[in-house]
Amino acid sequence: MLKFDEMYTQLPIEGSDIREHYKAYGQWLARQPGASMRARREEAEMIFRRVGITFAVYGAKDEDGSGTERLIPFDLIPRIIPAHEWRSMEKGLVQRVTALNRFIHDVYHGQEIIKAGIVPAEQIMNNAQFRPEMMGVDVPNQIYSQISGIDIVRAPDAKGNGEYYVLEDNLRVPSGVSYMLENRKMMMRLFPDLFSQNRVAPVAHYPDLLLETLRASAPPATAEPTVVVLTPGMYNSAYFEHAFLAQQMGVELVEGQDLLVKDDFVWMRTTRGLRKVDVIYRRVDDDFLDPEVFRPNSTLGCAGLMRAYKAGNVAICNSVGTGVADDKSIYPYVPKMIEFYLGEKPILNNVPTYMCRNKDDLSYVLANLKDLVVKEVHGAGGYGMLVGPAATKAEIEDFRKAVEANPSGYIAQPTLSLSSCPTFVESGIAPRHIDLRPFVLSGKEVQMVPGGLTRVALKEGSLVVNSSQGGGTKDTWILEDDASPAPAVASQSQKQSA
Amino acid sequence: MLSRTADHLFWMSRYTERAENTARMLDVNYQTSLLPQSAAVARVGWQGLLSISELLPAYNTQYGDIVPRDVMEFMVKDEENPSSIISCLRAARENARAVRGSLTTEAWETQNQTWLEARRMLRDGEFERDPAQFFDWVKFRSHLSRGVTQGTMLQDEAYHFLRLGTFLERADNTARLVDVKFHALESDFYGAASEKDQEYDFYHWSSILRSVSAFEIYRKVYRDVIKPERVADLLILRADMPRSLHASLVEVVRNLAQVSNDQSAETQRRAGKLLADLQYGRIDEILATGLHAFLTQFLDRVNELGMRISRDFLIPSSS
Repeated sequence: MLKFDEMYTQLPIEGSDIREHYKAYGQWLARQPGASMRARREEAEMIFRRVGITFAVYGAKDEDGSGTERLIPFDLIPRIIPAHEWRSMEKGLVQRVTALNRFIHDVYHGQEIIKAGIVPAEQIMNNAQFRPEMMGVDVPNQIYSQISGIDIVRAPDAKGNGEYYVLEDNLRVPSGVSYMLENRKMMMRLFPDLFSQNRVAPVAHYPDLLLETLRASAPPATAEPTVVVLTPGMYNSAYFEHAFLAQQMGVELVEGQDLLVKDDFVWMRTTRGLRKVDVIYRRVDDDFLDPEVFRPNSTLGCAGLMRAYKAGNVAICNSVGTGVADDKSIYPYVPKMIEFYLGEKPILNNVPTYMCRNKDDLSYVLANLKDLVVKEVHGAGGYGMLVGPAATKAEIEDFRKAVEANPSGYIAQPTLSLSSCPTFVESGIAPRHIDLRPFVLSGKEVQMVPGGLTRVALKEGSLVVNSSQGGGTKDTWILEDDASPAPAVASQSQKQSA
Repeated sequence: MLSRTADHLFWMSRYTERAENTARMLDVNYQTSLLPQSAAVARVGWQGLLSISELLPAYNTQYGDIVPRDVMEFMVKDEENPSSIISCLRAARENARAVRGSLTTEAWETQNQTWLEARRMLRDGEFERDPAQFFDWVKFRSHLSRGVTQGTMLQDEAYHFLRLGTFLERADNTARLVDVKFHALESDFYGAASEKDQEYDFYHWSSILRSVSAFEIYRKVYRDVIKPERVADLLILRADMPRSLHASLVEVVRNLAQVSNDQSAETQRRAGKLLADLQYGRIDEILATGLHAFLTQFLDRVNELGMRISRDFLIPSSS
C-alpha cells in the first residue's frame, strides 16, 4: 500500500528528503539532543496536570482508584501545513459547511433536496437524528451548525501524492478546540525559539470568533445578548473544554439546574435573582436538552427549553436536529448537496463510501470485509467500527453477522492509508498516523482560525486517533506564507552600539 | 453570578480554611506530645482535638481507643472522614474545578496543585516521615490560596463569596479551638494551685496561641506572662488579631455587604449584631457569664449565619 508522510518524501525515512515546508523545523529537530526532548515532554505533562487539562474516561479508574481524569498524550512534534494547502482547504471548508447548513434548513422546511430526488426521503425521515419538532422552526440567519468540526485525513493518491479527504462532519457538539489552543500555548512555552524561526499563523483568537458567532446567533431583538455555555457538569469527558471556553469568552458556565423557563423565556438563577439568557452554547446532546420533549428523565437540560426556542426567545447553538446532516448515512450525499445548493464543484474530497442499504454495495462489502473499514452509521468516538486489515477473523465474522442483520446501520469505506507524521514515542521518533479537525464557525459569515486539532494514533500502525482509544494530539502549524522561512535568528539580540 | 457558582466558591474557601485549621491543631498537638507529659494528659489533648470537630464518635467506631498515631491518620489521610485534611483538600479542589472558569488561572492551578501534591506526599509516606513539615506545607498552601485570590482576582461577587467562606469558617474554627482548650483544662480558670499545674497550664495556653500563630503576638500586645484571660481576650475580642473572632466577623460583615440582595437584609442585621457583641464586649463580662456558654452561643449564631447565607444566595430559588 502507498504511504504518505507529512515530513519526509518517502518511508521508511532512511535516505529520504525532508519536505520543503518542514525544512526549517527538521533542521532544528536534528540539533535537539534526545534527552532535552524527553525533559520537555515531562515538563509538558507536568504542566498539563497542574492546569488540569484532563478528560474523563467513562468507567475508568486511575492508578490509585480514586478518579477518572486522564491526560491526553501530547506530542512535541508539530504537524505543519503549508499556506497554499490551507488556503484551498479553508475554501473547501467554507463551501462544505455552507452547504450543510443549507441542507439542514431545507430538511426542516421545503425538503427541496428530496423532491429533486437527490437524497432519498427515508434516509432523512427515518433517521434517528431527524427531529420532527424542528419542522418549520425558523432560526436566526438560517444557521443550524454554528460550530462545525470537520475531520480531514490525508492519504496518497495513485501517484503517492498526498490528497485531503473529509472523513466525517461533526455538527452536533464537536469537541477538541481547547486542545488546539492549549497545545499551541504549550509549544510556545516549551520552544519559544521555534516560533521566531517559523511564521506560524496564530490561533489564540478562537474564543473571540466563537463569542462573535454566538452573539450573531441571538434572537434578532436582543441588543446586548447574554451568552452562556451549557455543560452536563464536571464529570463529563469534555468538562475542561466547557469551562475553558466559558472562561475565555467571559460568559457563565451553566448546568441544567441553573436554568429555568418562565413565560417561554430562559432564565438563570443568580445570587441577585433571575437573569434572562439569550444564547445557549450547549455542550449537551439533543436527547438531554429538554425533558418535556426528549428524554423525560434527563436532568442535564431544562424543561421548557424547546418552547422558548420555538418561540424565538433563545438561541440554541448548535441547533437541535443538526445530527441529521452529520450522520454517516448522509455523508455520502454531501458532494451532491454542494452542487445542489451552491451550484459549485466540491473543493474537498469525500472518501468513496459503500452504503450497505444498497444491495450492490452490501454484497461488495460482505465480500471484501477484510479490506474495508466498516462503520456503524450512528457510531462515534472510534467505537462500533471494524478496520478490516487489522481485524482478527473472529472480529470480521462478528461484524459480518451484524451487517447482515441490519444492513442500513452500516457503511463501509476503503481502508485509507492515513498520512503519517514523525512522532516522539518511547523508542524515539517514528511515523504515526494522524488526522485533522478544523473548527468552522458560522455566524454572520463563515470563518475559522488557521489551524485545527491534529490527532495522532500513538500505537504503531493504528488508524484510530480517538482519545478514548489511545490517541494523542499535536500542535498544528499553518505556515503564513510559502516563501522560505526566515533565517534562524541568534537567540540573543545584538548589542546595540551607542 | 450564578447561585451555584457562588456556592462552589464559598465552599472551596471554607474547605481550604478548614484544612489549614486542622493542620494547625494537629501540629500543636503533635508538638505538645513531644513534651514530657503523662499518657492521660496527652490523651486529653487528642480527645479534645476530635471533639472540637465533633468527630469523637466516628473515630471511636472506626479506631476504638485514642492512640496518637491513629488520630493523626484519621485526621490527615482518612478519606472516609469528611473533615480529614485530604478530604478537605479534595472538596476544595472539586468545588474549584466545578467553577474553574470563575477563578483566575492562578487561583485554580493553586487549588489543583495543592490536591495533586497532597496526594503524592501521602502516597510517598512524606507525612509519616515528618508530620510537622507536612502541616507547615498545608498551612502555606492555604496562605498561597488566599494570597493568589487576593492578588489576582477581580473584586467582584466571586471574590466576596470566597472571602465570606474563609472568614465564616475561620470564626467557627477559632471558636471551637478556644472552647475545647479552655474546656479541657479542668483546673480552675483563674490559675492552678500547685506550681506543677501552673507549668502545665503555661504549655496549654501557649499551645493555643501557637496553633493560631499568636504566641509572639501575645507577647508583643500584652508584654506579660501568659494569662488565660488575656489569651481569651486576644483570640476573641482583638480586632487586629487576624484569626480572632472579632477580626473574622469584621470580614464576614464587610463581604456580606458587598453581595447584598433583596432578601439578605435580615442576614446582614444578624451578622452586624454578632459583630457588635464582639466590638463592645469585655472579656471580664464574658468570663463572668461563662466562656463555654459564650462560645457555644457564638458557634450557634455562626452556624445560623451560614444557613442564612445559603438560603439568601446559594440555593437557587425557583421563582
